[in-house]
Amino acid sequence: MSSESVSAVPPPAEPDDPSSAPTRRTFIATTTAVGGVAVAGGVVGGSFLVGSEEAAAAAPPASRVSLRVNGARRTVTVDNRTSLLDLLREHFGLTGSKKGCNAGACGACTVLVDGQRHNACLTLAVRLEGAEVTTIEGLADGDELHPLQQAFIDEDAFQCGYCTPGQIMSGVGCIKEGHTDSPEEIREWMSGNICRCGCYVKIVRAVEQTAGRK
Amino acid sequence: MRPSCFSYTRASDTREALDAARRGGRYIAGGTTLVDLMRETVERPESLIDISGLPLREVRATEGGGLRIGALVRMAEAAAHPKARALYPVIAESLELSASAQLRNMATIGGNIMQRTRCTYFRDVTADCNKREPGSGCAALKGHNRTHAILGTSDACVATHPSDVSVAFAALEATVHLLGPDGERRVPFADFLLRPGSTPHREQAIRQGELITAVEIPALPRPLKSGYLKVRDRQSYEFALTSAAVALHVRHGVIREAKVAAGGVGTVPWKLTTVERHLVGERPSAALWAAAADKAADGAQPLQYNRFKPELLKRTVERQLRVVGGMK
Ligand SMILES: Cc1cc2nc3c(=O)[nH]c(=O)nc-3n(C[C@H](O)[C@H](O)[C@H](O)COP(=O)(O)OP(=O)(O)OC[C@H]3O[C@@H](n4cnc5c(N)ncnc54)[C@H](O)[C@@H]3O)c2cc1C
Ligand code: SF4
Ligand code: FES
Ligand code: FES
Repeated sequence: MSSESVSAVPPPAEPDDPSSAPTRRTFIATTTAVGGVAVAGGVVGGSFLVGSEEAAAAAPPASRVSLRVNGARRTVTVDNRTSLLDLLREHFGLTGSKKGCNAGACGACTVLVDGQRHNACLTLAVRLEGAEVTTIEGLADGDELHPLQQAFIDEDAFQCGYCTPGQIMSGVGCIKEGHTDSPEEIREWMSGNICRCGCYVKIVRAVEQTAGRK
Repeated sequence: MRPSCFSYTRASDTREALDAARRGGRYIAGGTTLVDLMRETVERPESLIDISGLPLREVRATEGGGLRIGALVRMAEAAAHPKARALYPVIAESLELSASAQLRNMATIGGNIMQRTRCTYFRDVTADCNKREPGSGCAALKGHNRTHAILGTSDACVATHPSDVSVAFAALEATVHLLGPDGERRVPFADFLLRPGSTPHREQAIRQGELITAVEIPALPRPLKSGYLKVRDRQSYEFALTSAAVALHVRHGVIREAKVAAGGVGTVPWKLTTVERHLVGERPSAALWAAAADKAADGAQPLQYNRFKPELLKRTVERQLRVVGGMK
């Protein structure tokens, strides 16, 4: 895969800024893809352009960064304040990664950066020069789900689904790190992902099942 | 909230980093404290210096049998390092009981000892807080202070230092290696983190622009048993209410060295010198652990909502002495 895109990215949209509040349509699009399996394509445009007049008046410091997202090379100029999570969701249209707390405290935004699980909300996009980012959208192999995605479906390991993309990406990291010897070990090493619906037993089972298959 | 604007540069060597810092830049390592606090507008650096590319990422045994951990070693890497696990299990355990797997993949050792308090009033820019805004008062004194400190507090600030591995570093009497425009210097861990006194906004004995290059743990007589116990409101992914780092060297049935410190209770990681003195020269026994731990909360000054802490602290220390030193 080598689609390439070059774009300029406006200042980060923030939820407390009314002009950037997601429309009902974008919210539904964000939440209906189970585990973010559906791939949203393209760069999200206008509706996320916030404070454009303010930005034009005194352009906030921005930097150019080149990274790979799910195998595709992307070169963008980002406002230095943009988090990886906002870059993915609001500029690349990859809304599988979720914003729960925006403070490192819930795990909903978990993605892989150079193969390791990270919190995208606490990662500044400008720092990712040359990085390889994998999100929930990039996990499946074509139409074939990643074994852990399949296991989440088989085990019915979610209710509302909001935490699920983060759980799955974290689970992939956890399995890779080898912390899956017992349900207790999985619970401890998956504790960075909160599930408000309380699906922990099934989440642990899905990770255990997938790890056992390897 | 949206962070204020900042310029961004990547330092390719320590010289470049120091130069940029001299011009007023702020280092960013893992970013897990800094980005979080910038979003809350508690921190408003005008320029960030990305130091993640600097060659400070090595863990190695020192000649004497100690351990040197580079400032940019990730918490996860330090915890998994075979030398760290073999020489000082207390360090690996304190790290693995910190934050989450994701955060430990990002956060560094240097950043960890520089992390700022989790006091909710400090993080809330609408609250009075002497640490954030000197002279504005301390909302925690008469507010929700259940998680706050009982040792080393002042009228100006009662916030805890939240780092777990710093408790292990304090117990083991580590040294912080610093590099500044005038060269290198070393600061004992006990002098590195500052008690609030009347200047709670001053938190570390680090000078403007100085770079932490490593934390060094001195050699201790072997065999050395050590470990970390953390007590918290939930089982994982939570800061300590109380914690205890313990290292013991026992020879011919007698304790020759005892290194003990507590977390979650002090404005800085709290070295329990009185407990240590009570142990050295004695034979391990359940009665000794209890008698020594009974001194752990000496001098404690609980606040309205954390009166449970002195007793919890004693029990935490006693239990960890038993775990590390054996029941006997
Ligand atoms: C939800 C959550 C839960 C957490 N739970 C725990 C926990 O249970 N236990 C625990 O111990 N910690 C916990 N933490 C804190 C976490 O461990 C720290 O945020 C982290 O260690 C900071 O390291 P960093 O590399 O990300 O620092 P950064 O955010 O990059 O930097 C922090 C500060 O240190 C300075 N700095 C960084 N490196 C250097 C250097 N080499 N020289 C000079 N200055 C430097 C920066 O300028 C900045 O001021 C938690 C954090 C979060 C968000
Ligand atoms: S305890 Fe310290 S950090 Fe918390 S409000 Fe008071 S001065 Fe601020
Ligand atoms: S949104 Fe990143 S951890 Fe909650
Ligand atoms: S499934 Fe609803 S938060 Fe986890």
